[in-house]
Amino acid sequence: MTPAVGAVDRPDLGPLRPPGDTTGLFGVLKRRYLLKLLVQKELKVRYQASLLGLAWSYIKPLVRFSMYFFVLGVLLNLRDSIPLFALHIFSAMIMVTFFTDTLNAGTKSVVKNKSLVRKMNVPREMFPVASVTVTTYHAGPQLVILLIATVLLGWSPDPTAFVAAVLGISIMLTISLAVALAFSALNVTYRDVGNFVETIGMMVLWSAPQLYPWEFVADRLGPVGEQIYLANPVAMAVLLNQRAFWVPAVDSGETVMPDNLLMHGGIMLVCCLGLVGVAQLIFARLEHGFAEKM
Amino acid sequence: MAESVVVNHVSKTFTLQNARTLKQRFVRRSRSERVNPTFLALDDVTFTVQQGEAIGLMGLNGSGKSTLLKLISGVLRPDKGEVLTRGRIAGLIELGAGFHPQLSGRENIYLNAAILGMSEAEVNQKFDEIVAFAGINKFLDSPVGRYSSGMFARLGFSVAAMADSDIFIIDEVLAVGDPPFKKKCMARIREVRDEGRTIVYVSHNTTQVRKLCTRAIVLEEGRLSFDGAVADAVHHLRYDEDPSGDEDGEGGEI
Ligand SMILES: Nc1ncnc2c1ncn2[C@@H]1O[C@H](COP(=O)(O)OP(=O)(O)O)[C@@H](O)[C@H]1O
Ligand SMILES: [Mg+2]
Repeated sequence: MTPAVGAVDRPDLGPLRPPGDTTGLFGVLKRRYLLKLLVQKELKVRYQASLLGLAWSYIKPLVRFSMYFFVLGVLLNLRDSIPLFALHIFSAMIMVTFFTDTLNAGTKSVVKNKSLVRKMNVPREMFPVASVTVTTYHAGPQLVILLIATVLLGWSPDPTAFVAAVLGISIMLTISLAVALAFSALNVTYRDVGNFVETIGMMVLWSAPQLYPWEFVADRLGPVGEQIYLANPVAMAVLLNQRAFWVPAVDSGETVMPDNLLMHGGIMLVCCLGLVGVAQLIFARLEHGFAEKM
Repeated sequence: MAESVVVNHVSKTFTLQNARTLKQRFVRRSRSERVNPTFLALDDVTFTVQQGEAIGLMGLNGSGKSTLLKLISGVLRPDKGEVLTRGRIAGLIELGAGFHPQLSGRENIYLNAAILGMSEAEVNQKFDEIVAFAGINKFLDSPVGRYSSGMFARLGFSVAAMADSDIFIIDEVLAVGDPPFKKKCMARIREVRDEGRTIVYVSHNTTQVRKLCTRAIVLEEGRLSFDGAVADAVHHLRYDEDPSGDEDGEGGEI
Protein backbone atom coordinates (compact mmCIF):
# COMPACT_ATOMS: atom_id res chain seq x y z
CA MET A 1 0.00 0.00 0.00
CA THR A 2 0.97 3.60 -0.47
CA PRO A 3 2.24 5.36 2.62
CA ALA A 4 -0.29 7.82 3.91
CA VAL A 5 1.63 11.07 3.95
CA GLY A 6 0.21 13.70 6.23
CA ALA A 7 -2.31 11.33 7.75
CA VAL A 8 -3.65 12.30 11.14
CA ASP A 9 -5.76 10.54 13.69
CA ARG A 10 -9.12 12.09 14.48
CA PRO A 11 -11.00 9.90 16.92
CA ASP A 12 -13.65 12.60 17.34
CA LEU A 13 -15.07 11.95 13.89
CA GLY A 14 -16.90 8.80 14.88
CA PRO A 15 -17.28 5.66 12.82
CA LEU A 16 -17.15 5.22 9.07
CA ARG A 17 -20.58 5.30 7.50
CA PRO A 18 -22.15 5.61 4.07
CA PRO A 19 -22.28 9.24 2.95
CA GLY A 20 -25.62 10.78 2.19
CA ASP A 21 -28.50 11.26 4.54
CA THR A 22 -30.78 8.27 4.79
CA THR A 23 -32.62 9.28 7.93
CA GLY A 24 -35.68 10.29 5.90
CA LEU A 25 -38.35 12.40 7.58
CA PHE A 26 -36.47 12.33 10.88
CA GLY A 27 -33.48 13.83 9.11
CA VAL A 28 -35.73 16.64 7.88
CA LEU A 29 -36.88 17.33 11.44
CA LYS A 30 -33.26 17.53 12.55
CA ARG A 31 -32.46 20.12 9.91
CA ARG A 32 -35.27 22.58 10.45
CA TYR A 33 -33.05 25.53 9.63
CA LEU A 34 -32.42 24.20 6.13
CA LEU A 35 -36.14 23.48 5.79
CA LYS A 36 -36.93 27.07 6.72
CA LEU A 37 -34.53 28.40 4.07
CA LEU A 38 -35.98 26.10 1.41
CA VAL A 39 -39.49 27.28 2.27
CA GLN A 40 -38.38 30.92 2.06
CA LYS A 41 -36.72 30.22 -1.26
CA GLU A 42 -39.87 28.61 -2.62
CA LEU A 43 -42.04 31.54 -1.52
CA LYS A 44 -39.66 34.08 -2.96
CA VAL A 45 -39.20 32.31 -6.28
CA ARG A 46 -42.93 31.73 -6.65
CA TYR A 47 -43.89 35.35 -6.17
CA GLN A 48 -40.93 37.12 -7.73
CA ALA A 49 -41.93 39.29 -10.69
CA SER A 50 -45.55 38.79 -9.70
CA LEU A 51 -47.50 41.99 -9.27
CA LEU A 52 -49.89 40.81 -6.62
CA GLY A 53 -47.53 38.37 -4.95
CA LEU A 54 -48.94 36.65 -1.93
CA ALA A 55 -52.32 38.25 -2.56
CA TRP A 56 -52.88 35.56 -5.17
CA SER A 57 -53.29 33.03 -2.42
CA TYR A 58 -56.39 34.99 -1.34
CA ILE A 59 -57.69 35.98 -4.76
CA LYS A 60 -57.79 32.49 -6.20
CA PRO A 61 -59.81 30.90 -3.38
CA LEU A 62 -62.09 33.93 -3.27
CA VAL A 63 -62.91 33.66 -6.95
CA ARG A 64 -63.41 29.91 -6.69
CA PHE A 65 -65.66 30.39 -3.69
CA SER A 66 -67.74 33.02 -5.50
CA MET A 67 -68.22 30.76 -8.52
CA TYR A 68 -69.31 27.83 -6.40
CA PHE A 69 -71.65 30.00 -4.41
CA PHE A 70 -73.22 31.58 -7.45
CA VAL A 71 -73.63 28.46 -9.59
CA LEU A 72 -74.62 26.00 -6.88
CA GLY A 73 -76.15 28.28 -4.30
CA VAL A 74 -77.98 30.69 -6.52
CA LEU A 75 -78.53 29.00 -9.89
CA LEU A 76 -79.11 25.48 -8.57
CA ASN A 77 -80.66 26.96 -5.44
CA LEU A 78 -78.84 24.76 -2.91
CA ARG A 79 -79.05 27.72 -0.55
CA ASP A 80 -82.60 26.70 0.27
CA SER A 81 -81.84 23.12 1.27
CA ILE A 82 -78.48 23.72 3.02
CA PRO A 83 -78.41 26.16 5.95
CA LEU A 84 -75.50 28.62 5.88
CA PHE A 85 -74.54 27.28 2.47
CA ALA A 86 -71.60 29.70 2.14
CA LEU A 87 -70.04 28.38 5.33
CA HIS A 88 -70.70 24.81 4.20
CA ILE A 89 -68.72 25.42 1.01
CA PHE A 90 -65.95 27.45 2.58
CA SER A 91 -65.20 25.06 5.43
CA ALA A 92 -64.93 22.27 2.85
CA MET A 93 -63.07 24.29 0.24
CA ILE A 94 -60.17 25.01 2.57
CA MET A 95 -59.52 21.30 2.93
CA VAL A 96 -60.03 20.38 -0.71
CA THR A 97 -57.81 23.25 -1.87
CA PHE A 98 -55.12 22.28 0.60
CA PHE A 99 -55.12 18.75 -0.75
CA THR A 100 -55.07 19.66 -4.44
CA ASP A 101 -52.37 22.29 -3.83
CA THR A 102 -50.03 19.84 -2.09
CA LEU A 103 -50.88 17.25 -4.69
CA ASN A 104 -49.82 19.53 -7.55
CA ALA A 105 -46.88 21.33 -5.95
CA GLY A 106 -45.70 18.32 -3.95
CA THR A 107 -45.56 16.07 -6.99
CA LYS A 108 -43.29 18.53 -8.79
CA SER A 109 -41.19 19.34 -5.73
CA VAL A 110 -38.24 17.01 -6.35
CA VAL A 111 -38.05 17.55 -10.11
CA LYS A 112 -38.20 21.31 -9.64
CA ASN A 113 -35.17 21.19 -7.38
CA LYS A 114 -33.17 19.07 -9.75
CA SER A 115 -30.06 21.21 -9.59
CA LEU A 116 -29.88 20.64 -5.84
CA VAL A 117 -30.73 16.95 -6.07
CA ARG A 118 -28.10 16.30 -8.72
CA LYS A 119 -25.24 18.19 -7.17
CA MET A 120 -25.66 18.56 -3.45
CA ASN A 121 -26.17 16.19 -0.63
CA VAL A 122 -29.53 17.19 0.82
CA PRO A 123 -31.98 14.87 2.56
CA ARG A 124 -34.35 14.66 -0.40
CA GLU A 125 -37.44 14.39 1.76
CA MET A 126 -36.82 18.10 2.35
CA PHE A 127 -38.47 19.00 -0.94
CA PRO A 128 -41.91 17.43 -0.50
CA VAL A 129 -41.92 18.52 3.14
CA ALA A 130 -41.03 22.09 2.15
CA SER A 131 -43.80 21.98 -0.43
CA VAL A 132 -46.41 20.93 2.15
CA THR A 133 -45.10 23.64 4.48
CA VAL A 134 -45.52 26.30 1.80
CA THR A 135 -49.12 25.19 1.24
CA THR A 136 -49.74 25.29 4.98
CA TYR A 137 -48.37 28.79 5.04
CA HIS A 138 -50.96 29.76 2.44
CA ALA A 139 -53.81 27.91 4.12
CA GLY A 140 -53.25 29.50 7.53
CA PRO A 141 -54.85 32.85 6.64
CA GLN A 142 -57.81 31.04 5.04
CA LEU A 143 -58.40 29.25 8.31
CA VAL A 144 -58.37 32.60 10.10
CA ILE A 145 -60.94 33.96 7.66
CA LEU A 146 -63.09 30.88 8.23
CA LEU A 147 -62.84 31.37 11.98
CA ILE A 148 -63.84 35.03 11.78
CA ALA A 149 -66.74 34.28 9.42
CA THR A 150 -67.98 31.49 11.67
CA VAL A 151 -67.85 33.66 14.77
CA LEU A 152 -69.75 36.43 12.98
CA LEU A 153 -72.41 33.95 11.92
CA GLY A 154 -72.95 32.82 15.49
CA TRP A 155 -70.53 29.99 16.21
CA SER A 156 -71.27 28.16 19.45
CA PRO A 157 -68.77 25.31 19.45
CA ASP A 158 -69.18 22.23 21.63
CA PRO A 159 -66.15 20.16 22.71
CA THR A 160 -66.78 17.81 19.77
CA ALA A 161 -66.22 20.74 17.43
CA PHE A 162 -62.71 21.32 18.77
CA VAL A 163 -61.78 17.65 18.59
CA ALA A 164 -63.18 17.52 15.05
CA ALA A 165 -61.10 20.55 14.01
CA VAL A 166 -57.87 19.05 15.34
CA LEU A 167 -58.61 15.66 13.81
CA GLY A 168 -59.58 17.15 10.44
CA ILE A 169 -56.46 19.28 10.18
CA SER A 170 -54.23 16.40 11.30
CA ILE A 171 -55.73 14.07 8.71
CA MET A 172 -55.25 16.70 6.03
CA LEU A 173 -51.60 17.31 6.94
CA THR A 174 -50.70 13.62 7.10
CA ILE A 175 -52.47 12.57 3.90
CA SER A 176 -50.94 15.54 2.06
CA LEU A 177 -47.48 14.66 3.30
CA ALA A 178 -47.94 11.02 2.28
CA VAL A 179 -49.15 11.98 -1.18
CA ALA A 180 -46.42 14.59 -1.70
CA LEU A 181 -43.70 12.12 -0.66
CA ALA A 182 -44.89 9.24 -2.81
CA PHE A 183 -45.77 11.22 -5.94
CA SER A 184 -42.70 13.45 -5.89
CA ALA A 185 -40.55 10.31 -5.98
CA LEU A 186 -42.62 8.52 -8.62
CA ASN A 187 -42.65 11.66 -10.74
CA VAL A 188 -38.87 11.45 -11.20
CA THR A 189 -39.17 8.11 -12.94
CA TYR A 190 -42.56 8.20 -14.60
CA ARG A 191 -44.04 10.95 -16.70
CA ASP A 192 -47.48 9.35 -16.28
CA VAL A 193 -47.62 10.73 -12.77
CA GLY A 194 -48.50 14.21 -14.00
CA ASN A 195 -51.68 12.97 -15.70
CA PHE A 196 -52.52 10.69 -12.83
CA VAL A 197 -52.28 13.58 -10.39
CA GLU A 198 -54.57 15.75 -12.51
CA THR A 199 -57.14 12.98 -12.54
CA ILE A 200 -56.99 12.55 -8.78
CA GLY A 201 -57.35 16.30 -8.28
CA MET A 202 -60.53 16.27 -10.34
CA MET A 203 -61.93 13.26 -8.50
CA VAL A 204 -61.23 14.82 -5.11
CA LEU A 205 -63.20 17.90 -6.07
CA TRP A 206 -66.34 15.79 -6.48
CA SER A 207 -65.80 13.04 -3.96
CA ALA A 208 -65.96 15.20 -0.84
CA PRO A 209 -69.14 16.86 0.45
CA GLN A 210 -68.15 20.32 -0.67
CA LEU A 211 -70.55 21.23 -3.45
CA TYR A 212 -73.36 19.06 -2.07
CA PRO A 213 -74.19 18.08 1.52
CA TRP A 214 -73.43 14.80 3.27
CA GLU A 215 -77.20 14.44 3.63
CA PHE A 216 -77.45 13.57 -0.10
CA VAL A 217 -74.80 10.86 0.29
CA ALA A 218 -76.51 9.39 3.34
CA ASP A 219 -79.87 9.41 1.54
CA ARG A 220 -78.82 7.96 -1.76
CA LEU A 221 -75.77 5.71 -1.36
CA GLY A 222 -76.91 3.13 1.21
CA PRO A 223 -74.76 1.81 4.08
CA VAL A 224 -72.07 0.16 1.96
CA GLY A 225 -71.69 3.12 -0.37
CA GLU A 226 -71.52 5.37 2.65
CA GLN A 227 -68.60 3.43 4.12
CA ILE A 228 -66.74 3.53 0.82
CA TYR A 229 -67.37 7.26 0.63
CA LEU A 230 -66.03 7.74 4.15
CA ALA A 231 -62.87 5.77 3.34
CA ASN A 232 -61.64 8.81 1.39
CA PRO A 233 -59.36 10.82 3.71
CA VAL A 234 -60.22 14.10 2.02
CA ALA A 235 -63.96 13.51 2.45
CA MET A 236 -63.32 12.66 6.10
CA ALA A 237 -61.26 15.81 6.67
CA VAL A 238 -63.96 17.90 4.99
CA LEU A 239 -66.71 16.39 7.18
CA LEU A 240 -64.67 16.96 10.33
CA ASN A 241 -64.02 20.57 9.38
CA GLN A 242 -67.71 21.09 8.69
CA ARG A 243 -68.53 19.47 12.03
CA ALA A 244 -66.13 21.93 13.65
CA PHE A 245 -67.25 25.15 11.96
CA TRP A 246 -70.45 24.77 10.00
CA VAL A 247 -72.55 22.55 12.31
CA PRO A 248 -72.09 24.63 15.50
CA ALA A 249 -73.01 27.77 13.59
CA VAL A 250 -76.30 26.33 12.34
CA ASP A 251 -79.27 26.02 14.68
CA SER A 252 -79.27 22.41 15.85
CA GLY A 253 -81.36 19.79 14.14
CA GLU A 254 -80.87 21.14 10.65
CA THR A 255 -77.61 19.41 9.78
CA VAL A 256 -76.85 15.79 9.01
CA MET A 257 -73.43 14.29 9.81
CA PRO A 258 -72.24 10.66 9.69
CA ASP A 259 -72.68 8.60 12.87
CA ASN A 260 -69.59 8.20 15.06
CA LEU A 261 -67.74 10.84 13.08
CA LEU A 262 -64.96 11.30 15.65
CA MET A 263 -64.29 7.58 15.86
CA HIS A 264 -64.15 7.34 12.05
CA GLY A 265 -61.83 10.34 12.08
CA GLY A 266 -59.54 8.78 14.67
CA ILE A 267 -59.26 5.57 12.64
CA MET A 268 -58.61 7.61 9.52
CA LEU A 269 -55.79 9.55 11.20
CA VAL A 270 -54.10 6.30 12.22
CA CYS A 271 -54.44 5.02 8.63
CA CYS A 272 -52.99 8.26 7.25
CA LEU A 273 -50.01 8.01 9.59
CA GLY A 274 -49.52 4.51 8.24
CA LEU A 275 -49.67 5.90 4.71
CA VAL A 276 -46.92 8.38 5.58
CA GLY A 277 -44.81 5.38 6.59
CA VAL A 278 -45.56 3.61 3.31
CA ALA A 279 -44.84 6.79 1.33
CA GLN A 280 -41.52 7.18 3.16
CA LEU A 281 -40.60 3.62 2.19
CA ILE A 282 -41.47 4.27 -1.46
CA PHE A 283 -39.46 7.49 -1.35
CA ALA A 284 -36.42 5.87 0.25
CA ARG A 285 -36.47 3.11 -2.36
CA LEU A 286 -36.68 5.43 -5.35
CA GLU A 287 -34.43 8.13 -3.93
CA HIS A 288 -31.28 6.15 -4.75
CA GLY A 289 -31.86 6.79 -8.42
CA PHE A 290 -32.84 10.47 -8.26
CA ALA A 291 -29.50 12.08 -9.06
CA GLU A 292 -28.81 10.03 -12.17
CA LYS A 293 -32.34 10.04 -13.60
CA MET A 294 -32.77 13.78 -13.82
CA MET B 1 -4.20 6.03 11.65
CA ALA B 2 -7.82 6.73 10.77
CA GLU B 3 -9.53 5.89 7.52
CA SER B 4 -11.41 8.81 6.08
CA VAL B 5 -12.80 7.48 2.80
CA VAL B 6 -13.18 3.80 2.02
CA VAL B 7 -14.20 2.77 -1.48
CA ASN B 8 -14.77 -0.94 -1.54
CA HIS B 9 -15.30 -2.80 -4.85
CA VAL B 10 -17.59 -0.06 -6.08
CA SER B 11 -19.39 -0.27 -9.42
CA LYS B 12 -21.81 2.21 -10.87
CA THR B 13 -24.01 1.57 -13.87
CA PHE B 14 -25.94 4.33 -15.59
CA THR B 15 -29.12 3.87 -17.51
CA LEU B 16 -28.59 5.62 -20.80
CA GLN B 17 -32.10 5.95 -22.05
CA ASN B 18 -34.94 6.01 -19.65
CA ALA B 19 -38.26 4.52 -20.56
CA ARG B 20 -40.15 7.27 -18.88
CA THR B 21 -43.70 6.19 -19.38
CA LEU B 22 -45.23 2.90 -18.35
CA LYS B 23 -46.26 2.27 -21.93
CA GLN B 24 -42.68 2.59 -23.19
CA ARG B 25 -41.59 0.10 -20.56
CA PHE B 26 -44.23 -2.42 -21.58
CA VAL B 27 -43.43 -2.06 -25.25
CA ARG B 28 -39.72 -2.65 -24.68
CA ARG B 29 -40.37 -5.55 -22.39
CA SER B 30 -42.77 -7.25 -24.78
CA ARG B 31 -40.19 -7.00 -27.56
CA SER B 32 -37.89 -8.66 -25.01
CA GLU B 33 -35.44 -5.81 -25.34
CA ARG B 34 -33.56 -4.77 -22.28
CA VAL B 35 -35.82 -2.26 -20.60
CA ASN B 36 -33.01 0.26 -20.59
CA PRO B 37 -29.57 0.20 -22.21
CA THR B 38 -26.87 0.70 -19.60
CA PHE B 39 -23.32 1.97 -19.27
CA LEU B 40 -20.74 0.89 -16.72
CA ALA B 41 -19.18 4.15 -15.47
CA LEU B 42 -17.23 2.66 -12.56
CA ASP B 43 -16.00 -0.88 -12.52
CA ASP B 44 -14.93 -2.51 -9.26
CA VAL B 45 -13.00 0.44 -7.85
CA THR B 46 -11.25 -0.07 -4.51
CA PHE B 47 -9.06 2.30 -2.49
CA THR B 48 -8.76 3.82 0.96
CA VAL B 49 -7.88 7.37 1.95
CA GLN B 50 -6.52 8.16 5.39
CA GLN B 51 -7.64 11.20 7.33
CA GLY B 52 -5.54 14.18 6.31
CA GLU B 53 -4.35 12.75 3.01
CA ALA B 54 -4.61 14.85 -0.16
CA ILE B 55 -5.51 12.69 -3.14
CA GLY B 56 -5.35 13.75 -6.76
CA LEU B 57 -7.95 12.01 -8.89
CA MET B 58 -6.87 11.91 -12.52
CA GLY B 59 -7.97 10.40 -15.78
CA LEU B 60 -9.29 11.33 -19.21
CA ASN B 61 -12.71 12.87 -19.74
CA GLY B 62 -15.42 10.31 -19.24
CA SER B 63 -13.23 8.02 -17.15
CA GLY B 64 -15.58 8.30 -14.17
CA LYS B 65 -13.92 10.91 -11.94
CA SER B 66 -17.02 13.00 -11.36
CA THR B 67 -19.10 9.89 -10.81
CA LEU B 68 -16.65 8.76 -8.15
CA LEU B 69 -16.77 12.14 -6.41
CA LYS B 70 -20.56 12.07 -6.41
CA LEU B 71 -20.46 8.64 -4.81
CA ILE B 72 -18.09 9.91 -2.12
CA SER B 73 -20.23 12.97 -1.47
CA GLY B 74 -23.36 10.84 -1.22
CA VAL B 75 -25.21 12.36 -4.15
CA LEU B 76 -25.07 9.02 -5.98
CA ARG B 77 -25.26 5.55 -4.43
CA PRO B 78 -23.16 2.62 -5.67
CA ASP B 79 -24.86 -0.31 -7.39
CA LYS B 80 -22.28 -2.74 -6.06
CA GLY B 81 -19.77 -2.43 -3.27
CA GLU B 82 -19.80 0.24 -0.61
CA VAL B 83 -18.55 3.75 0.01
CA LEU B 84 -17.86 4.74 3.61
CA THR B 85 -16.77 8.14 4.92
CA ARG B 86 -16.00 9.71 8.27
CA GLY B 87 -17.05 13.19 9.29
CA ARG B 88 -18.56 16.04 7.37
CA ILE B 89 -18.11 16.42 3.63
CA ALA B 90 -18.01 19.70 1.78
CA GLY B 91 -16.78 20.73 -1.59
CA LEU B 92 -17.73 21.53 -5.10
CA ILE B 93 -18.97 18.97 -7.56
CA GLU B 94 -19.76 21.70 -10.00
CA LEU B 95 -19.32 25.45 -10.02
CA GLY B 96 -22.18 27.20 -8.36
CA ALA B 97 -23.87 23.92 -7.57
CA GLY B 98 -27.05 24.54 -5.66
CA PHE B 99 -27.25 28.25 -6.39
CA HIS B 100 -30.64 29.54 -7.34
CA PRO B 101 -30.41 32.22 -10.05
CA GLN B 102 -33.38 34.18 -8.70
CA LEU B 103 -32.03 34.46 -5.17
CA SER B 104 -29.51 37.11 -4.16
CA GLY B 105 -25.90 36.37 -3.34
CA ARG B 106 -26.68 36.76 0.34
CA GLU B 107 -29.64 34.36 0.26
CA ASN B 108 -27.64 31.85 -1.75
CA ILE B 109 -24.78 31.94 0.74
CA TYR B 110 -27.16 31.09 3.57
CA LEU B 111 -28.95 28.37 1.62
CA ASN B 112 -25.79 26.78 0.28
CA ALA B 113 -24.11 26.86 3.68
CA ALA B 114 -27.15 25.27 5.30
CA ILE B 115 -27.09 22.51 2.70
CA LEU B 116 -23.43 21.92 3.54
CA GLY B 117 -24.56 21.39 7.11
CA MET B 118 -23.72 24.74 8.71
CA SER B 119 -25.97 26.13 11.40
CA GLU B 120 -27.34 29.65 11.33
CA ALA B 121 -24.83 30.81 13.96
CA GLU B 122 -21.95 29.29 12.03
CA VAL B 123 -22.93 31.04 8.79
CA ASN B 124 -23.42 34.36 10.58
CA GLN B 125 -19.96 34.03 12.01
CA LYS B 126 -18.33 33.21 8.67
CA PHE B 127 -20.48 35.39 6.46
CA ASP B 128 -18.06 38.30 6.14
CA GLU B 129 -15.17 35.99 5.46
CA ILE B 130 -17.12 34.25 2.70
CA VAL B 131 -18.11 37.54 1.07
CA ALA B 132 -14.60 38.93 1.32
CA PHE B 133 -13.05 35.83 -0.20
CA ALA B 134 -15.50 35.86 -3.08
CA GLY B 135 -15.06 39.61 -3.54
CA ILE B 136 -18.72 40.17 -4.39
CA ASN B 137 -19.42 42.88 -1.82
CA LYS B 138 -21.21 45.25 -4.15
CA PHE B 139 -23.40 42.56 -5.67
CA LEU B 140 -24.39 40.86 -2.47
CA ASP B 141 -28.04 41.74 -2.87
CA SER B 142 -28.49 41.23 -6.60
CA PRO B 143 -29.69 37.87 -7.95
CA VAL B 144 -26.81 35.53 -8.74
CA GLY B 145 -28.39 34.88 -12.12
CA ARG B 146 -26.94 38.25 -13.10
CA TYR B 147 -23.43 37.48 -11.87
CA SER B 148 -20.60 37.01 -14.32
CA SER B 149 -19.34 33.45 -14.53
CA GLY B 150 -16.24 34.49 -12.61
CA MET B 151 -18.26 35.92 -9.72
CA PHE B 152 -20.46 32.85 -9.71
CA ALA B 153 -17.41 30.64 -9.53
CA ARG B 154 -15.83 32.67 -6.73
CA LEU B 155 -18.96 32.64 -4.61
CA GLY B 156 -19.42 28.90 -5.01
CA PHE B 157 -15.87 28.11 -4.08
CA SER B 158 -15.92 30.54 -1.22
CA VAL B 159 -18.92 28.98 0.55
CA ALA B 160 -17.61 25.45 0.08
CA ALA B 161 -14.11 26.37 1.24
CA MET B 162 -15.27 28.15 4.39
CA ALA B 163 -17.60 25.36 5.46
CA ASP B 164 -16.28 23.24 8.27
CA SER B 165 -15.64 19.82 6.87
CA ASP B 166 -13.44 16.82 7.44
CA ILE B 167 -13.43 15.79 3.81
CA PHE B 168 -13.08 18.36 1.05
CA ILE B 169 -13.79 17.39 -2.55
CA ILE B 170 -13.25 19.52 -5.62
CA ASP B 171 -14.09 18.63 -9.18
CA GLU B 172 -12.15 20.44 -11.91
CA VAL B 173 -13.86 23.66 -10.95
CA LEU B 174 -10.76 25.79 -10.85
CA ALA B 175 -10.42 25.54 -14.61
CA VAL B 176 -12.75 28.56 -14.71
CA GLY B 177 -11.80 31.78 -12.98
CA ASP B 178 -8.96 34.18 -13.59
CA PRO B 179 -5.35 33.48 -12.53
CA PRO B 180 -5.41 35.63 -9.37
CA PHE B 181 -8.50 33.86 -8.14
CA LYS B 182 -7.06 30.44 -8.97
CA LYS B 183 -4.02 31.35 -6.96
CA LYS B 184 -6.19 32.34 -4.01
CA CYS B 185 -8.13 29.11 -4.30
CA MET B 186 -5.01 26.98 -4.37
CA ALA B 187 -3.74 28.80 -1.30
CA ARG B 188 -7.04 28.14 0.45
CA ILE B 189 -7.01 24.46 -0.52
CA ARG B 190 -3.48 24.17 0.87
CA GLU B 191 -4.71 25.69 4.12
CA VAL B 192 -7.52 23.15 4.21
CA ARG B 193 -4.97 20.41 3.67
CA ASP B 194 -2.68 21.75 6.39
CA GLU B 195 -5.58 21.75 8.84
CA GLY B 196 -5.53 17.98 8.55
CA ARG B 197 -8.64 17.65 6.45
CA THR B 198 -8.88 15.00 3.77
CA ILE B 199 -8.83 16.28 0.21
CA VAL B 200 -9.95 14.60 -2.98
CA TYR B 201 -8.98 16.83 -5.84
CA VAL B 202 -9.88 16.25 -9.49
CA SER B 203 -7.70 18.07 -11.97
CA HIS B 204 -5.93 17.69 -15.27
CA ASN B 205 -3.36 20.16 -14.15
CA THR B 206 -0.41 17.99 -13.20
CA THR B 207 1.51 20.86 -11.62
CA GLN B 208 -1.37 21.65 -9.28
CA VAL B 209 -1.79 18.00 -8.38
CA ARG B 210 1.96 17.67 -7.79
CA LYS B 211 2.03 20.65 -5.47
CA LEU B 212 -1.09 19.81 -3.55
CA CYS B 213 -1.40 16.08 -3.40
CA THR B 214 0.62 13.37 -1.77
CA ARG B 215 -0.91 10.58 -3.77
CA ALA B 216 -2.72 10.16 -7.06
CA ILE B 217 -5.37 7.77 -8.28
CA VAL B 218 -5.92 7.30 -12.00
CA LEU B 219 -9.13 6.07 -13.56
CA GLU B 220 -9.30 4.60 -17.04
CA GLU B 221 -12.73 3.82 -18.47
CA GLY B 222 -14.13 3.36 -15.01
CA ARG B 223 -11.37 1.14 -13.69
CA LEU B 224 -8.71 2.13 -11.22
CA SER B 225 -5.51 1.78 -13.20
CA PHE B 226 -3.03 3.45 -10.88
CA ASP B 227 -2.72 4.33 -7.22
CA GLY B 228 0.52 5.80 -5.96
CA ALA B 229 2.96 8.70 -6.11
CA VAL B 230 1.87 11.73 -8.15
CA ALA B 231 4.97 11.76 -10.34
CA ASP B 232 4.39 8.14 -11.31
CA ALA B 233 0.74 8.85 -12.02
CA VAL B 234 1.66 11.61 -14.43
CA HIS B 235 4.01 9.20 -16.13
CA HIS B 236 1.35 6.51 -16.14
CA LEU B 237 -1.09 8.87 -17.83
CA ARG B 238 1.67 9.83 -20.28
CA TYR B 239 0.74 13.47 -19.70
CA ASP B 240 4.48 14.18 -19.46
CA GLU B 241 5.12 13.04 -23.04
CA ASP B 242 2.92 15.65 -24.64
CA PRO B 243 4.29 19.11 -24.01
CA SER B 244 1.38 20.91 -25.67
CA GLY B 245 -1.55 19.07 -24.15
CA ASP B 246 -1.08 20.23 -20.59
CA GLU B 247 -1.71 23.52 -18.89
CA ASP B 248 1.45 23.20 -16.84
CA GLY B 249 2.55 26.65 -17.94
CA GLU B 250 -0.41 28.26 -16.31
CA GLY B 251 -0.32 26.03 -13.30
CA GLY B 252 3.29 27.01 -12.73
CA GLU B 253 2.36 30.38 -11.38
CA ILE B 254 0.66 29.13 -8.27
N1 LIG C 1 -26.47 10.55 -15.02
C1 LIG C 1 -25.83 9.90 -16.00
N2 LIG C 1 -26.52 9.14 -16.87
C2 LIG C 1 -25.88 8.49 -17.85
N3 LIG C 1 -24.56 8.48 -18.03
C3 LIG C 1 -23.80 9.22 -17.21
C4 LIG C 1 -24.39 9.96 -16.15
N4 LIG C 1 -23.39 10.60 -15.47
C5 LIG C 1 -22.25 10.25 -16.10
N5 LIG C 1 -22.48 9.43 -17.14
C6 LIG C 1 -21.47 8.83 -18.01
O1 LIG C 1 -20.51 8.21 -17.22
C7 LIG C 1 -19.21 8.39 -17.78
C8 LIG C 1 -18.27 8.95 -16.74
O2 LIG C 1 -18.62 10.30 -16.51
P1 LIG C 1 -17.86 11.24 -15.50
O3 LIG C 1 -17.79 10.57 -14.18
O4 LIG C 1 -18.53 12.56 -15.54
O5 LIG C 1 -16.41 11.34 -16.12
P2 LIG C 1 -15.24 12.39 -15.86
O6 LIG C 1 -15.65 13.26 -14.72
O7 LIG C 1 -14.06 11.54 -15.56
O8 LIG C 1 -15.06 13.15 -17.11
C9 LIG C 1 -19.38 9.29 -18.99
O9 LIG C 1 -19.34 8.49 -20.14
C10 LIG C 1 -20.74 9.89 -18.82
O10 LIG C 1 -21.35 10.10 -20.05
MG1 LIG D 1 -15.97 15.32 -14.68
